[in-house]
Amino acid sequence: MADTSLVDRHEPFWKRLPVVVQLRRSTGWQRAMLITGVVICALYLIVAIAAPLIAPYGFGQLQGADGQGFPRTSAPSPEHIWGTTVGGFDVFSRVVFGARTAVLVVIVAVVVSIAVGVVLGMVSGYIGGWLDRILVVVADAIYAFPSLLLAIVVSIVISGGNSSYAGGIVAAAISITVVYVPQYFRVVRAEAVRLKNEAFVESARVMGTNPWRIMTRHVLRNSTRSLPLILTLNASDAILTLAGLGFLGFGIGPTSGAEWGYDLSRALADVASGVWWTGVFPGVAIVVLVLGVTFIGESLNDISDPRLRARRRLKQLVSRKQAASTEGAAA
Amino acid sequence: MTLTTPEAVESEPTKPQQARRSAKSSGGLGRYILVRFLLIFPTVFILVTLVFFLMRVIGNPITASVGGRLTPDQLQERLHAAGYDRPVFVQYLEYLGGIVRGDFGMTSTDNRPITEVIVTYGGATAELVFYALIVALVLGIPLGMLAAYVRDKWPDVLFRALAILTYATPVFFGGLLLKLVFSVWLGVLPLGDRASTRVSLVLDNIPGATGIYLIDALRTGNGQIIGDVLQHAVLPALTLGLLTAGIFLRLVRANMIGSLGSEYVDAARSRGVREARLVRTHAFRPALVPIITVMGLQIAMLLGGSVLTETTFGWRGLGFELNQYLSARDFVAVQGIVAMLAVIVAVTNFIVDVVAALIDPRVRF
Repeated sequence: MADTSLVDRHEPFWKRLPVVVQLRRSTGWQRAMLITGVVICALYLIVAIAAPLIAPYGFGQLQGADGQGFPRTSAPSPEHIWGTTVGGFDVFSRVVFGARTAVLVVIVAVVVSIAVGVVLGMVSGYIGGWLDRILVVVADAIYAFPSLLLAIVVSIVISGGNSSYAGGIVAAAISITVVYVPQYFRVVRAEAVRLKNEAFVESARVMGTNPWRIMTRHVLRNSTRSLPLILTLNASDAILTLAGLGFLGFGIGPTSGAEWGYDLSRALADVASGVWWTGVFPGVAIVVLVLGVTFIGESLNDISDPRLRARRRLKQLVSRKQAASTEGAAA
Repeated sequence: MTLTTPEAVESEPTKPQQARRSAKSSGGLGRYILVRFLLIFPTVFILVTLVFFLMRVIGNPITASVGGRLTPDQLQERLHAAGYDRPVFVQYLEYLGGIVRGDFGMTSTDNRPITEVIVTYGGATAELVFYALIVALVLGIPLGMLAAYVRDKWPDVLFRALAILTYATPVFFGGLLLKLVFSVWLGVLPLGDRASTRVSLVLDNIPGATGIYLIDALRTGNGQIIGDVLQHAVLPALTLGLLTAGIFLRLVRANMIGSLGSEYVDAARSRGVREARLVRTHAFRPALVPIITVMGLQIAMLLGGSVLTETTFGWRGLGFELNQYLSARDFVAVQGIVAMLAVIVAVTNFIVDVVAALIDPRVRF
């Protein structure tokens, strides 16, 4: 997959970071896609961090500073640039605060599922035996099942359906984690199985290195090559799962936080009367963020797969070589 | 909702491959099918067990759903009647025993057997998933072939961008947009439901109704009824189908690029085989196997997506009912429906793997 192993070790540290490496190697469409993705994600990150500064009102605010209640389902206007909902919330403010929820959930979910998936995969692949077999069967069973349904079940367990902001974030993140652990598990396990018969691992074993050190130092270091790719794919999935949970009422309540999926479920009824702004804006917010993350994942995938890599660079190389050889011949 | 990217499916060992390994020793299609069939049981067992114990972590379903509204004595009585005051392990064994006999329990809010709920609403969901699959195949495969053929030129970039867009759009948002445009602004298609009230009444009351409206409508032979049913199906089918169409497009494209670059395609081209035939036959055939494998996974994903689509369009199927039970906090019903879906998913995957084995001899030998 991502052949970061080809990276020159003498390059400065920042040039060896996952996305930076691919950015430097990419060309044409793929580079444009990667840059677009990175810019979109950075933008959402900024919005998430600076939400209180950007949003004119709070996510649960129903009246202005003058004590006057917000109008209900009012069309976009200078006071409420994206309109207000049936309940009288300001759509723009809720979309902005929703970015914070989405980013937080995705980060927690991805970090936890990587941590759990990598450790399980490594131990399972390296040690093998019955533990490995059981884990593989369980992971396969979970993998084949509709992830949203599983997330719903876990969400019921954790939150009982209603929760505070922090509780809601943790509940959503863990529900998503359960779904993605098997994916990291499988990838890392496959790598660990391959690596454990490599000469350098065997020599470490012969020298009497303790198993934990072999796993962390020799196996783990070499089995994380494809993680950035899965990470981006899962991050985009996580956003959609969060929205799906919110849509079904397992998100974060309107007074404890803003969540796009929940807002969309409320907006569904508005559509019949032609009220589009309550649904379109949070929906577009989801789509753009998922697009941004997917762009990164897609271009990382293309760049790492030689069959899909754009050929331009090769052509340039060939023409340069030809130019060089003709020059050489002329001289 | 959640999508498995085709790339991930291709590169990782999947269940059929494991089964292939075990079947390798003796070979043969019969043995492969047997091994694959036996694999259904651990899969279902694990999922059912997982769901059971997860649901028991929250305590018991009755307290969770009606706990606040009953006095402690009444609650105790209800708990005793349903057997929730016994050790969890005993309940678990009983639950498993029930499933083996085809009994998935009773809903706690309206006291209906889960199997009855599934029989009543399963048809609607199957119908929706079927429509969606057709939309996905009809859009995804030809466009994917075209994209692979004109690779890296603008149509390819356009199709791929569209594919990513369909993936990035949550089904309920896609549904909302389609409703807004076609039902509200243009007013050409209905907002929701499976049929108009009048037609529903007719269809639900014909003797031996299958619950699959299209079949029932065709049996009445009434053009108006058929038209009404089809009209109602367009938007939900598009909503759910587009999601998967993007995945098929990408999958077909990635696999076709591989096979278009192979030597036998060059050889066929040099023999003067027409380009259209080259793409349709020579390059497409080998790309078919991964598509079928992914189709199995996609059916599982479509079932998940149908929960959201049905809720969006008021399509009264399993997903819609599941959502109703979720809002009513009827967790016995949720557990039952999810367990039943686990069985359906496992069986579907089995069928898909067998079909893949029939098409591609490499899978079974």
